Amino acid sequence: MAGGGSFAPPALCRKPREAAISHSPSAIVTHSSSSPAPAVSFVNVSRHFGEVKAVDGVSLDINDGEFFSLLGPSGSGKTTCLRLVAGFEQPTAGSIQLHGEEVANLPPYERDVNTVFQDYALFPHMTVGENVAYGLMIKKVPKPERDKRLGEMLELVRLPGLAGRRPSQLSGGQRQRVALARALINHPRVLLLDEPLGALDLKLRQQMQIELKAIQRQVRITFVFVTHDQEEALTMSDRLAVFNLGKIEQIGSPAEVYEHPATAFVAGFVGVSNLIRGEIAQAITGSAQTFSIRPEKIQLRDLGQPVSGDEYSVEGRIRDVIYLGMHTRYLVELSGGSDLTVVEQNLRTTSMDVLAARGRAVRLVWQKAHVRPVGN
Amino acid sequence: MTNTSRKPPALIIATVGALLFLHVPLAIILLYSFTTDDRTYTFPLPGLTLRWFPTAWARADLWQALWLSVKVAGVATAIALTLGSLIALAIYRSKFFGREAISFLVILPIALPGIVTGIALRSALSLLDLNFSYWTIVVGHATFCVVTVYNNVIARLRRTSASQIEASMDLGANSFQTFRYIVLPAIATALLAGGMLAFALSFDEVIVTTFTAGQQATLPIWIFSQLVRPRDRPVTNVVAVFVIAITAIPILLAHRLTSKDA
Amino acid sequence: MATSSPTRKSLWHRLSTFFYLRPGLTLAAMLAAPLLWLGVVYVGSLFALLLQSFFRLDDFTGQVVRRFTLYTYSQLFTAANIDIMIRTSGMAAAVTLACALVAFPVAYYMARHAEGRAKAALYLAVLLPLWSSYLVRVYAWKLILAKEGIVSWFISQLRLDWALDRILQLPVIGGPSLSVSMLGMWLVFVYVWLPYMILPIQAALERVPQSLIDASGDLGARPAETFRKVILPLAFPGVVAGSIFTFSLTLGDFIIPGTIGNSSYFLGQAVLSHQGTAGNVPMAAALTAVPMVIMAVYLIIAKKLGAFEAL
Ligand SMILES: Nc1ncnc2c1ncn2[C@@H]1O[C@H](COP(=O)(O)OP(=O)(O)OP(=O)(O)O)[C@@H](O)[C@H]1O
Ligand SMILES: [Mg+2]
Repeated sequence: MAGGGSFAPPALCRKPREAAISHSPSAIVTHSSSSPAPAVSFVNVSRHFGEVKAVDGVSLDINDGEFFSLLGPSGSGKTTCLRLVAGFEQPTAGSIQLHGEEVANLPPYERDVNTVFQDYALFPHMTVGENVAYGLMIKKVPKPERDKRLGEMLELVRLPGLAGRRPSQLSGGQRQRVALARALINHPRVLLLDEPLGALDLKLRQQMQIELKAIQRQVRITFVFVTHDQEEALTMSDRLAVFNLGKIEQIGSPAEVYEHPATAFVAGFVGVSNLIRGEIAQAITGSAQTFSIRPEKIQLRDLGQPVSGDEYSVEGRIRDVIYLGMHTRYLVELSGGSDLTVVEQNLRTTSMDVLAARGRAVRLVWQKAHVRPVGN
Repeated sequence: MTNTSRKPPALIIATVGALLFLHVPLAIILLYSFTTDDRTYTFPLPGLTLRWFPTAWARADLWQALWLSVKVAGVATAIALTLGSLIALAIYRSKFFGREAISFLVILPIALPGIVTGIALRSALSLLDLNFSYWTIVVGHATFCVVTVYNNVIARLRRTSASQIEASMDLGANSFQTFRYIVLPAIATALLAGGMLAFALSFDEVIVTTFTAGQQATLPIWIFSQLVRPRDRPVTNVVAVFVIAITAIPILLAHRLTSKDA
Repeated sequence: MATSSPTRKSLWHRLSTFFYLRPGLTLAAMLAAPLLWLGVVYVGSLFALLLQSFFRLDDFTGQVVRRFTLYTYSQLFTAANIDIMIRTSGMAAAVTLACALVAFPVAYYMARHAEGRAKAALYLAVLLPLWSSYLVRVYAWKLILAKEGIVSWFISQLRLDWALDRILQLPVIGGPSLSVSMLGMWLVFVYVWLPYMILPIQAALERVPQSLIDASGDLGARPAETFRKVILPLAFPGVVAGSIFTFSLTLGDFIIPGTIGNSSYFLGQAVLSHQGTAGNVPMAAALTAVPMVIMAVYLIIAKKLGAFEAL
């Protein structure tokens, strides 16, 4: 018991569980017997709705205590994945394990998993206190204990004193915290969050990102976080999976995914990337292999300036200039007809300078090391 | 949205006229319940009296009819509540083949002219050689009352986000607990409203009842017999006033309970 | 995890899990009772009715002969029956027309002029008669239309007796007094079904966006033109939806013709008397097919006119 005034209720600070001894062949294949079983494990999971392949052959391991994001465009199957973990959907094929245990026959209320819903799904006829303590009430936790944990939880999400209010009397940000508290009070081993910050304005969103991360560190629960905002996924996650059309394109740490996009889709979706293919690629690198280059890695030079041996370069004409305050985005038209995006920080330049650059012929230069060959 | 600046006088006159047309006849019944005339419907009233109220009160046949109507409406409402909310919940929670057919089936008993429902039930009873009884009346009434409960509950469910039910199960509540703590509170007032409308509908029904009742007389059957052969005019007036009052209450309450659903 | 241990789980809990993992079975369990009731008892009865219409009454013994025959249907088309059908449909059409004319201004006012509390009050003022006792509302008119009643009194006060007498002497719609004439019956039908017409029209009008009306005004249309070219076409599905009620309810009614009318029969009365006093259930069954066929045709037309989006 960590009774020393910490916000975290005792059972929230749990030790990682020892691996369950599993006889399933997939368990043997995917992880060695000495490390603990992953918190969530998908083995070739599909969920089809008639013709629509919402989730299509996904394999995925999420480690215990990890902040893991599912990132992807709208309709790519993120929510469906989350619902499969929570138990609201059953897979059409494949198997799902939670901490090494197959969950095919477990309804949602028997899974040690809680969800923060995108629309919060607060119960309108209950007070904030009743909402948050709902899980404990169902488990018949005695009233004094329930009240104690409710108090701790409201403190954790910084909503003390609001227990008596109705959800309709709260702001969007407050509702979001109530939804979080209602899920966390049950000490789940995995917390699922479906675009929890989607409805908040930018300021509040950034503040909640920091808070969520802090709470996750404090309670040390596995967070599975769904978002379509790549910046959010990059700043918050330990690892992330990029989804497209029901399939995983890449799994890795934010740095890996950003710096080494595995596919053209990832390169385009995570951050902005210039994809260069075919003849132009051939002209620049000597090979027709498609490659990506991040806009911030490209320098704009005057035509006459020299290029060193570890750099690639190409000539073009500035077609458009977008002044963004902190930095400027240039659209540069290459001779082959395609466009490259270049971003430069406004270190010395002023808006007058950059806007005057429109129409100028320039040389684009970047380090060979920053080029990422991509598949497809 | 609305245009309050110009209200053409002709429109106002037509509206007021139609509303008077709808409501004045009921006021006239109230007036007639005080008449001293017990043989004709003479107007202006020859005199005013309160004596028909105690007279009606003392009529055993009226009490019997009233009691039968209440019993029928009560049981029909209970059946309608059960069946109507089961259908609404089933249709709401899943998409399945034949959903449309079922909602059509629910509406059928009130979409068809009452006489079709009435004679259909009667011919089935006679084919099966069943006797007319209290229960045959109840079966008829419950059949067309289902729709009021169904309509109210499904309207409410459509306003309730489905994720609440999932949230409850996610938090450890099984289906029954979820029904008890989440679904039931959400649909409670809709059930109450639907139930009251079902009660009002059954309490007032005469066409189907004509076919499914044997010798028993519900209150509407009693009134109908007076319509065809007026014998107790003053008592009928009093009963009519009573029926207006007793059906208005559940309607007003039901309206209040569901005014947000519209 | 407490999840995998099968101990100490209540029966309810296990039952819940059993059904949760079998959605199809759950659906079947929920729908079993309602389907048994509506699908078997009710639709079964409708089929029983249909079946009976293919039997015939033996004229000598007065017994129903339970053998398939179209004889009863052929008997539908006697002069007397055709008379009844025409009379009933004519009344239904006249009632529908009058309801539409009276209902439209009210619905229009409710949808486009009333706001807030006034609107709620108006809505209730239409809803209350819709749900309140149909019988009592018919009874009210028995008082009002009686020879010695309030309408006659008013007319004589206005010295218009002669006009009333003239009207009552007209063929078809007239009669000895208002309370036993087609005219009186028509009035009562309009009164009783009026709310069923107001509400769908109002709902349809509510859906006409103000921007559309403004746009029409901007394009130079005069108010009368806007009304005719924009509002009326958009409200029309509501009128059709309302007319389904007024038409169908009039077709099947036997209370009002039996109370207010003269001795000429309406469909509902014919059905009632065939199955009752005459004991000719096959004939009664065949007769109910008439309003159903009329309504089916009517519904198909209404669907073509887009009335169902307004329901
Ligand atoms: N119950 C369902 N029935 C039919 N199709 C569904 C159902 N649920 C999801 N889908 C389809 O599956 C695909 C994936 O949906 P999903 O909700 O998982 O996407 P998502 O990645 O969460 O998108 P978003 O960012 O918009 O929330 C979509 O094409 C969706 O239309
Ligand atoms: Mg989603």
